Amino acid sequence: MKLFYSGTFRYIIGRLGQALLQLFGVVTIVFVVLRLTGDPAQLLVPQQATAADIARVRHQLGLDQPIWAQYLHYLAGICHFDFGYSYVQNRPALSLIMERLPYTIDLAVAALIISVVVGIPVGMISAVQRKKFLGRAAMPLVLIGQSMPAFWLGLLLILVFGVWLRLLPTSGAEGLQSLILPAVTLASLSFATVARITRSSFLEQVGAEYVKTARSHGAGMGRVLFGHVLRNASIPIVTLIGLEIASLLGGAVITETIFAWPGIGQLTVQSIDARDFPVVQAIVLFVAVVYIAANFVTDMLYSVIDPRVRITAAEG
Amino acid sequence: MTTVHEDPAGTRSGARSGVRMPRVRRPGWLRLRDTRAALPFAIILAIYIVMALAPSWFVHAPALSSDLSARLLPPGTVRDGVTHWLGTDQLGRDLLNRLVYGTRISLAIAFSAVLCAGAFGTFLGVIAGVARGGVAAIIMRVADVVLSIPFFLLAILTVVALGPSLINVVICLTLVRWPRYTRVAYAQTLEAQGKEFVRSAQAIGASGPWIVWRHILPEVLPSVIVVATLELGTMVIYEASLSFVGLGVQPPTPSWGAMLSDGREYISTAWWLTTFPGVALFILVLSVNLLGDYVRDRLDPTEQGRSR
Repeated sequence: MKLFYSGTFRYIIGRLGQALLQLFGVVTIVFVVLRLTGDPAQLLVPQQATAADIARVRHQLGLDQPIWAQYLHYLAGICHFDFGYSYVQNRPALSLIMERLPYTIDLAVAALIISVVVGIPVGMISAVQRKKFLGRAAMPLVLIGQSMPAFWLGLLLILVFGVWLRLLPTSGAEGLQSLILPAVTLASLSFATVARITRSSFLEQVGAEYVKTARSHGAGMGRVLFGHVLRNASIPIVTLIGLEIASLLGGAVITETIFAWPGIGQLTVQSIDARDFPVVQAIVLFVAVVYIAANFVTDMLYSVIDPRVRITAAEG
Repeated sequence: MTTVHEDPAGTRSGARSGVRMPRVRRPGWLRLRDTRAALPFAIILAIYIVMALAPSWFVHAPALSSDLSARLLPPGTVRDGVTHWLGTDQLGRDLLNRLVYGTRISLAIAFSAVLCAGAFGTFLGVIAGVARGGVAAIIMRVADVVLSIPFFLLAILTVVALGPSLINVVICLTLVRWPRYTRVAYAQTLEAQGKEFVRSAQAIGASGPWIVWRHILPEVLPSVIVVATLELGTMVIYEASLSFVGLGVQPPTPSWGAMLSDGREYISTAWWLTTFPGVALFILVLSVNLLGDYVRDRLDPTEQGRSR
């Protein structure tokens, strides 16, 4: 019972409630937006359909019921993992998503690895060596990464590596080689965010007392950086990476379109083109759920790494 | 996200749950400290704005004319006494021409979106800050929910729902981005209400709306303007991304995103179609981002006196 009254437990429950509330809100927003699309029945029937035909389709889809009944029906469906039915492919939207998911995960993980492996050192160097050439040269790269629309970067990569140098495949998903260009493109923006947060995080720590203490005890700069600073500075970085995973899943839309990568992003654009709204809606819901879950898990991890978080959160 | 850039202000949602994120800053020499350093970028932005307002000062031929016999001419081709400096596109239209006319769409949508989202978001934030209690709780929870849906997907969903057009893109960007302003306005309103002059005004019996208009709003606006300038570059990229997936303004109206999307099909034969619209986009966003940082350093009260 002691656990029940502890700050940690209250923090977790409170945070879980917040996540569920967000989930409910997202579901509601998606429902409202979907109703704005007008009458899905009109889109389903052929051009020359009679009013009776339309009425029949409306009845089949439950669109003739009052709006609150439709909403409840929709909520109940989601609780049973029923995310709607593709008009075009005549299959559950969720199974379409699951089919594409592995490709998007491959892409997102590769992009995340690139942005962490490149972003953290760039941020570190620019913080630690900020008076030297290398440190000064690092940040413009980040600024460019931030102002460069990712889809243009993708096109330039195709132009250089696909068309001119003919080094790498530019479309499809066949083997590791075809993963390189899309992953670099997708990584370009999270790279900038990771590098900037690493830099600020390191700048905050480098001036701290314990760094001076460790240095005055004769510890080398390398040891201080990797043994002490990296650990303390890693907390915001871990949070950011947690959030980035979910953003990358959502962000794959354009990258996948450019490189004809058969993941969720491409499915989104294909569904938009085909006016297959239930699938678009299911994708938005799906990604939002992943996003909220990643947020929640990150916060939990964070309170494990840094006890101050749950204490202040429970008190406030 | 989205292959769209998020959060130049560094206001990640981590802050919500008590996670302390360090303030993200550029190194000092990259920030524009004085007006002299900001000037070149302000001039670039000014040129873009003039191009948007008066494209006919820069190019002559109407942007929509197509000439199939002049398809995909490389940059610098002279044809019928007309020099196509940046070449022509797949329908024989002059690329420079469409680029200049495309500025109009890009800037019109970005500025309108920032204005609408800023006004709407600030309004809600101030209301929440003044009313507090249940009203504030509802507004701020809704803001949290909107922020928890990846922006670009929410944008796609809204445009799909409303149908792609200039107005709808602005509406969509407003719906997606208002919570950024609401959060800032809410915090600033709460802070302002604790200040001496607001309490004095209340004590001498000034009416609520008067206090909000005369005393609270001036306190809130600087922070809102900071968010707005940082948002402008993001909005330019969002608009281009939406038109890239076919959800922006519809052809034949020239838009950079749509031009890049068209150019993708001819990437192996006509490199200029994918290069120049991107350059135009990149320079605009870079200038706007740097100017946004400059404005933040100048206006943001929390920044003053820090790390100079």
